[in-house]
Amino acid sequence: MLFALLARLGQMVLVMFGISVVAFLIFFATPGADPSARIAGRNASQETLQQVRHDFGLDRPLPVQYALMMKRLFVTRDLTSFVNRGQKVIPTVMNAIPITLSLVCGAAVLWVLGGLVVGVVAGATRGSYVDRGLMMLGLAGISMPVFWLGEVANLVTQSRWHDTWAFSWVPALGYVPLSVDPWGWFKALVIPWTVLATLYVGLYGRVLRASLIEMMQEDFIRTARAKGIGETRVLLHHGLRTSLVAFVTMFGLDFGALVGGGALLTEVVFGLQGVGKLTYDALQTLDLPMILATVIYASFFVVMANFVVDILHAILDPRARDAR
Amino acid sequence: MPAEPLLEVSGLTVSFRTEDGLVEAVRGISFAIAPGEIMGLVGESGSGKSQTLLALMGLITSPNAVLSGSVRFRGQELVGLGRRALDRIRGRDMAMIFQDPMTALTPVHTVGAQIVEQIRAHERISPRAARARAVELISAVGIPAPADVAGRYPHQLSGGMRQRAVIAMALSCNPALLIADEPTTALDVTVQAQILELIGRLRDEFGSAVILVTHDLGVVAEIADTVRVMYAGKVVEEGSKRDLFTAPQHPYAWGLFASIPPLEGARPARLSAIPGTPPRLSALPAGCAFRPRCAHAHAACAAMPALTGEGGHRAACVLSPARRAELLAAGEARS
Repeated sequence: MLFALLARLGQMVLVMFGISVVAFLIFFATPGADPSARIAGRNASQETLQQVRHDFGLDRPLPVQYALMMKRLFVTRDLTSFVNRGQKVIPTVMNAIPITLSLVCGAAVLWVLGGLVVGVVAGATRGSYVDRGLMMLGLAGISMPVFWLGEVANLVTQSRWHDTWAFSWVPALGYVPLSVDPWGWFKALVIPWTVLATLYVGLYGRVLRASLIEMMQEDFIRTARAKGIGETRVLLHHGLRTSLVAFVTMFGLDFGALVGGGALLTEVVFGLQGVGKLTYDALQTLDLPMILATVIYASFFVVMANFVVDILHAILDPRARDAR
Repeated sequence: MPAEPLLEVSGLTVSFRTEDGLVEAVRGISFAIAPGEIMGLVGESGSGKSQTLLALMGLITSPNAVLSGSVRFRGQELVGLGRRALDRIRGRDMAMIFQDPMTALTPVHTVGAQIVEQIRAHERISPRAARARAVELISAVGIPAPADVAGRYPHQLSGGMRQRAVIAMALSCNPALLIADEPTTALDVTVQAQILELIGRLRDEFGSAVILVTHDLGVVAEIADTVRVMYAGKVVEEGSKRDLFTAPQHPYAWGLFASIPPLEGARPARLSAIPGTPPRLSALPAGCAFRPRCAHAHAACAAMPALTGEGGHRAACVLSPARRAELLAAGEARS
């Protein structure tokens, strides 16, 4: 287990290194990305440009530049944005992390619970009207783009019906830190959570239903039924339990991707200054230090999420445990 | 037949709604089993053996299946019984061993936990006591280091071990009736013998009745008391093992026995086989279903013969006893 952990950590470092190099090189290969021109401002003279290049180390070979940037990112932690002068990259990302984590974790709780309920109920009542109804709703949830659904939610709760009893509690768009005001945090996030989870509830419900129905055809389900343990127990303890492997694998990948900035659309719609929004803005302005910081952060979470999935997988499926 | 059978099946029919219309996999079979009796149920693949067993256990879950007839266990009707009432009987009074031990156990739970689950479903017993019972059971089916095996997952055990674990699970509540669906088919020969011995011991020690489905006549010869031969969803011959092995009456049974390689005498150039294939259930011939493959078929076979015979040895064939004796004497059926 310790070896697996260390191997994972090594793998994580490798992946993050590779991603940072690629992000770095893509930046320099991008036309019009010359940072010195941005830093020096409009209509700067050649001399000024040269000066800026020299000051920021942009006239040095690429490997040296990369090493310097990594040093300022990880060791001295004083890397500043190329665009917003003086804005330190690390604190900015650090401030955005709790927002994204709050959004994604809350939504994850909703979509895991929702997906489980929808999947199990639909799988157990396969072919019935309940099943069909749930699958139609799920499909509707998957089909609605998150930015559209988010805008509709905003329209209803912030504008049209904001003054009615139903939505008068909804605070203005934005984030309230959990440590400052837990109730306010919840109120600010509950609608974004629901909007973000809608897609995944439909997706996970459908996947779980399919997996459950397949599992319920297996021989061991017949054995379990022959034991006389009752259908609920057969369904949950044997059918669902074996179906969870696929469910958890999918969850890990989605969760990692969302925490790594994939919740961008939801963040933009609801005015949450999370990592997704940060990455998006940095890409708009070709702000290399910020891009590097957010991309490395994202790769960290994706690899971490995979690691956690592997551990969960081993807990859920003894066959995976022995395969190590 | 004893006065009080443990299990009494009469007119059991299992049919499935298909695109070709209603297809009958089991066509009105009737039999009774006394406590402690070991019944061998033999027949080709597709003869309805497994469907019969699944119907007895209430395990036919297909929404397209139609069950009719009656299955009475200790006087209680099982066909149409509610799930709750059924779950009180199966696993406790009736238990089943499945054909393929590789897939019969849930892969994510330990063997011990799966046995404990069954015990605790039927008895008020502490987890610890149930665990101890499970270890005892695993030991009783001849697995060394039972406490260790109880904590293992199915994939960590060999096929023979898994089948023993399945048997231990089936035996966990001392069932009065054990239903075994080809319990040795997936195992190698030495393990087969051990498993059979185990089933025989179960009868001797606990007085359980056993229904043993197989297409291996050697297995039947080994442990069965009575034998029923199924063909195309019907019982075509029934009797004691001695009756069937010494004087089989139905031409299908002759064919089955003739297909066993002889141990003594001249080696046949070619092993005898029953010509043709079993009929498709959706297109059964009228009358005796074996007619198209039978060397002795004649006009009278166009009507389905009833099971007739004396002393509990009955066959569904229109051949007269005299004609049968003639054919047997001519070496038509070796036994």
